[in-house]
Amino acid sequence: MRKNNLGSLLTLILFVPLLLVGCSKDQAKITVVGASSVQPLVEQAGNDYHLAHLSSNIVVQGGGSGTGLSQVQAGAVEIGTADVFAETQPGINARKLVDHQIAVVGIVPIANKDVGVSNLSAKNLMRIFTGKITNWRQVGGKNLPIIVINRSRGSGTRTIFEDLILQGKEAINSQEQDSNGTVKKIVSSTPGTISYISFPYANDSHIQKLSINQVKPVNHNILTNKWPLWAYEHMYTKGKPSKSTAAFIDYVLSEKVQKNLVPKTGYLSIHEMKVSRDSKNKITKIGDPHEQK
Amino acid sequence: MSKNKQDLQEVVEQAIAEQKVPHVKFKKTAPQNVDVAKLTKASKETRQERWGKGLTFLAIILIGILIIAIIGFVGMHGLATFTSDKVNIGHFLFSSEWNPSAGSSHVGAGAMIVTSFAVTLLAALIATPFAIAVALFMTEFELGKRSSLLQSVMELLVGIPSVVYGFLGLTVVVPAIRTIFGGTGFGILAATLILFVMVLPTITSLTVDAFKAVPKELRKSSAALGATRWQTIYHVVLRAARSRILTAIIFGMARAFGEALAVQMVIGNAVLMPANLVSPSATLTSQLTSQMGNTVMGTLPNNALWSLALLLLAMSLFFNFLVRLIGKRS
Repeated sequence: MRKNNLGSLLTLILFVPLLLVGCSKDQAKITVVGASSVQPLVEQAGNDYHLAHLSSNIVVQGGGSGTGLSQVQAGAVEIGTADVFAETQPGINARKLVDHQIAVVGIVPIANKDVGVSNLSAKNLMRIFTGKITNWRQVGGKNLPIIVINRSRGSGTRTIFEDLILQGKEAINSQEQDSNGTVKKIVSSTPGTISYISFPYANDSHIQKLSINQVKPVNHNILTNKWPLWAYEHMYTKGKPSKSTAAFIDYVLSEKVQKNLVPKTGYLSIHEMKVSRDSKNKITKIGDPHEQK
Repeated sequence: MSKNKQDLQEVVEQAIAEQKVPHVKFKKTAPQNVDVAKLTKASKETRQERWGKGLTFLAIILIGILIIAIIGFVGMHGLATFTSDKVNIGHFLFSSEWNPSAGSSHVGAGAMIVTSFAVTLLAALIATPFAIAVALFMTEFELGKRSSLLQSVMELLVGIPSVVYGFLGLTVVVPAIRTIFGGTGFGILAATLILFVMVLPTITSLTVDAFKAVPKELRKSSAALGATRWQTIYHVVLRAARSRILTAIIFGMARAFGEALAVQMVIGNAVLMPANLVSPSATLTSQLTSQMGNTVMGTLPNNALWSLALLLLAMSLFFNFLVRLIGKRS
C-alpha cells in the first residue's frame, strides 16, 4: 500500500507545476524592470499601449537601475530601465545590450528655505559635498552649519551628480536617503540641509532650488546643456528587441508619448535635445553644426 | 499480498462450506461466488485518508525545500564575499569602513552591526516595562470591556504598515528630537522610539498570554495565605510567568532587528560608527533595502549586501534558538 501512496504523491508533484505553467498563456508579455525614477512614465505608457493593443501585456516594476540591468542581461526580462549608462556599471557587459534612450530628466540641488542662498558656483557646490565648506556663511548665507544629505550609493541620480559636480572626488560620509520624496521631506523640514533631487519632484515652494553659476534650473536650459545636471532615462534590451518589444519601444518614442506624456510626467522629450552625451560625459551637438551658431 | 488473498479466500470458502456465518449472503447468489479481490480493496475512507496524508506530506516537503533554498541562496551569495572576493571575515565584522564599490578593503559592517544591536536592545528595554504594565492591567485588574478595548487597540497597532510609522517618525519624532537635543534629529534615538511603538504590541500580547497561563490556583492559594493583590502579582504571577515574558521580549527584539523601512526613514543612513544617540547612523536592514536595487548581481557591492542579509538570517536563527532554549528550561 505504501507504493501506491508514493505514486499519487509523485503525480501531484509532477502535475502541480504543469498546471501552473499551463495557466499563464503567453501573449506578447513584456516585462519592464528597473529604475524607479522612470517607473511612472513607463507605467502610464504601458497602460495606454495596452488600451490601444488589447493583446499586449506590459508589466512594469521598480527595483533600481542595478536590478534592471542585471535582469535584462540575464534575459529574465524584456526591458531593463536605468538612469545610468550600462557601460559605467561593473559586472554588466554593455556590448550585449542595446540602449534605447527614451527621455531626459534634470537634477537640481535643493536646500532648506532658510539658508539664505539661492545660487552656488559649481566649485562651491563641490566643496560642500566633499566637506570643505561646512557653514552657509562661507557661501554668503546665514551662520548655519551645512548638513549634507546624499543619495544612496550607486543610485543613478547620485552617479550623475558625482560625475558632473564632484569630478572624481569622494563625497563626505553623510546621511543617505533612498527616494526623492524622502529627501524633499527632510530638506524642507531640517535647517541647514542641502541635497539634490530630480526635476519632477522639485515642483513646490517648500524647498529652495539652487542655481549653479547663475544658471536657473529650468527645462529649456537642459536642451543646450547650459544646465549640465541631467540624465538620460534608458531602456535596455538584450540584443535586438523582439517584434512586440520593439513595437512598445517605438510607441514610447512616438510623437504622441513624447509630446504629451513625457512633459506631463516632468521629463523632457528625447527628440528636443540639441546636445547628446555619451557614457564618458562627452557632449556633442546634434544636427548641422552651422545651424548651431 | 497474494498469499494474504489466498488465505482469505480459504477462510471465506471454509466459512461458507461450514455455514458458520449464515448472514453472509452475497446478492442471494451461490456462496462460492464471493469476490475476495473486492473485499480486500481499499475503502473510500482509506483512500480519503491517503489523499490527505499525501497532501500534508507534499506541503511539508515543499516548505522544507523552500527553507533549504532560502538558506542556501542567501548563504551562497553571502559567503561569496569571503570566498571569491577575498574579504577578511574579521574585517567585515569589526571594521566600520563601508564603501564596497571602492574595493574589498572597504567592506566593514561594524558600524551597522553596532547600530542594529543598539536600536534593538534599547527598543526592547523601553518597551518591556510598558508591555508588562499593560498586560498586568489587562489580566489582573480589568476583566471587563476596557480590557478587550485595550486588546483591540494593541491589535490595531500591529496592523499599521511600517511605512506609516516611518512617516510619523519623519514628521513628528525627528523634528521633536532636533528641537530638544539638537543635531539633525536623525539617529538611534529616533529609531528606538519608532521601534518601541512597533514592538510594544508584540511583547504585550505575548505577555498577556504569559499571565493568562499562570494557573488560577496559584493566585487563590496566595490570596488564602493573606497576600495582597500586589504581593500576589509580584511574588507569584511575575515569577511564574518569567520565562514566557522573556520569550515575549525576544520575539519583540527579533521584530525590531528585522524592521527595515521605518528605521530607514529615521536613522539617517550614514554608515558611521554612532557617536551618540542623535548622530545619523545606519542599520543592517536600512543599508540592505536602500542599496539592493542599485547594485549589479554578482559584483562585490551586491555580494557585500548579501553578506549583510546572511548576518540578519543568522541573527534571526539565533533569536529562534534562544526562544527554544528558554522554552525548554521552563
